Amino acid sequence: MAAPTRKPLIKSKSLVVLVPYLWLLAFFLAPFLIVLKISLSQTAIAMPPYLPTFDLSAGIGAFLESLRELSLDNYAFLASDSLYIKSYLSSLQIALVSTFIVLLIGYPIAYGMARSPKAWRPTLVMLVILPFWTSFLIRVYAWIGILSREGLLNTFLSWIGLIDSPLTILSTNIAVYIGIVYSYLPFMVLPLYAALEKMDESLLEAASDLGCPPYKTFWVVTFPLSLPGVIAGCFLVFIPAVGEFVIPDLLGGSETLMIGKTLWAEFFSNRDWPLASSVAVILLLILVIPIVIFQNLQQRQQERNT
Amino acid sequence: MRKGPSLFNIVSVTLGFAFLYLPIVLLVIYSFNAGRNVAIWAGWSTKWYVAMLQNQQLLDAAWVTLRVGLLSATVATVFGTLAALALVRHGRFYGRTLFSGMVYAPLVMPEVITGLSLLLLFVAVNFDRGFWTVTIAHVTFSLCFVAVVVQSRLVTFDRSLEEAAMDLGCPPFKTFFVVTLPIILPAIIAGWMLAFTLSLDDLVIASFTTGPGATTLPMRIYSAVRLGVTPEINAVSTVLITIVTFGVITASLITKRQEVERQKAERMAAAAP
Repeated sequence: MAAPTRKPLIKSKSLVVLVPYLWLLAFFLAPFLIVLKISLSQTAIAMPPYLPTFDLSAGIGAFLESLRELSLDNYAFLASDSLYIKSYLSSLQIALVSTFIVLLIGYPIAYGMARSPKAWRPTLVMLVILPFWTSFLIRVYAWIGILSREGLLNTFLSWIGLIDSPLTILSTNIAVYIGIVYSYLPFMVLPLYAALEKMDESLLEAASDLGCPPYKTFWVVTFPLSLPGVIAGCFLVFIPAVGEFVIPDLLGGSETLMIGKTLWAEFFSNRDWPLASSVAVILLLILVIPIVIFQNLQQRQQERNT
Repeated sequence: MRKGPSLFNIVSVTLGFAFLYLPIVLLVIYSFNAGRNVAIWAGWSTKWYVAMLQNQQLLDAAWVTLRVGLLSATVATVFGTLAALALVRHGRFYGRTLFSGMVYAPLVMPEVITGLSLLLLFVAVNFDRGFWTVTIAHVTFSLCFVAVVVQSRLVTFDRSLEEAAMDLGCPPFKTFFVVTLPIILPAIIAGWMLAFTLSLDDLVIASFTTGPGATTLPMRIYSAVRLGVTPEINAVSTVLITIVTFGVITASLITKRQEVERQKAERMAAAAP
């Protein structure tokens, strides 16, 4: 037993760790173990719609018996059906291309913000964050009105005489790209701005004093120094974009294959819970790789800074 | 060198912000459109706002969303602050790596996976789905955002202030409420605001974890949008945008004032003999 005077201190201290720890174990880790387990189960016409269900009250023998019923059948099915492989690949492709476009658009914005007068900068940052606070669903929804055949974009383009007949943009992959680029732009601009803003401007002056032309200064000085922001922004856009559901569902068409949408359909339309679980497990494995790379990069960055 | 921003910078920032705000502005304007078609302007009207106010399903959903948001943001803020304190203040404890992993992982987790896994948990333990399951799900993912925001504030915290209080005989519990909490309060408020908006915004996780009688506003909007675009949704969206914008501006003004006052107090303390 600890000395009575120290007792309350220890108690409150361990409580600080225990409360969030137990919550996350119960509602974050435990659910994944259940997903993993169900991904190894079979579909059943019952409630819950999968077999076996573990019944710990039946004793340890029965528990071990039911473990034997688990199988990798769902994973074998995923590998054999090209729909799933295509979904994963096209999710990765859409996420990669969008990340690249977001970088191309976001960089000049972040650069302009970082070079703006000091007094404006907090307001500009605030303006980038503000759309975050309006519903994501509503912002995606707004694009339906812009991109549809009789939408504002087509009306505008035919009014200025650029097109004769309306373009089909909504319900294609192009609309999905537009939606992702739009929705994730702030995720790219903010880390880029943070990296560019703290850059020492005297470095640029030094480069130009030494006769370096502006575009070369950019490639030799500015861009390498902003690399941590570029990497952080790309991961912040790429990782959630891979699992995106709302954007492909509202803006995309039947040709749009994204794994988040496939998982949703598998779960809600086909009601195949075990298969949906194995789709989720594979998606997690795909995402773990870039996350681990990202963490390593960040750690190395921190070590360099200290 | 340069005195002001270059033309290129002004143009790129202006175009970028136009891209970010144009859809929102158009949506607000078209919420006042008299016609049913979302792209054809038929004159000003507030009839969609009247329709919205008479739509009982929509109002019920808004009420559910508000309750879930207030409750889950508050619980998430308490737990998230504890998690941040645990990460910054408690050097080593058993399972620290796992703990910090669990705090950061939900930030990058696709929503479909979080939603699916929580639903399967609730089914496995036979927990009735509805208001409480959505609230638990929202607490879980938003506590991580709160933890990150509060943590960034704690890292820059001057611990000598706490030590001084303890040296003067203030018990740890009281030290936390008298010294620590007021200093990290702006981050806690920001964390709460973030948790609240994340909860209001969430469609995917709520869809997985909800049950009868707990349809949230995003779920209502989503099902309405799938049936076809109606200007009524524009009206609802405009109301939401107005509330959130107003809330964010108020909150940022409050935090700014607090920051100024805190700095003033610190300067006075430093200048004191």
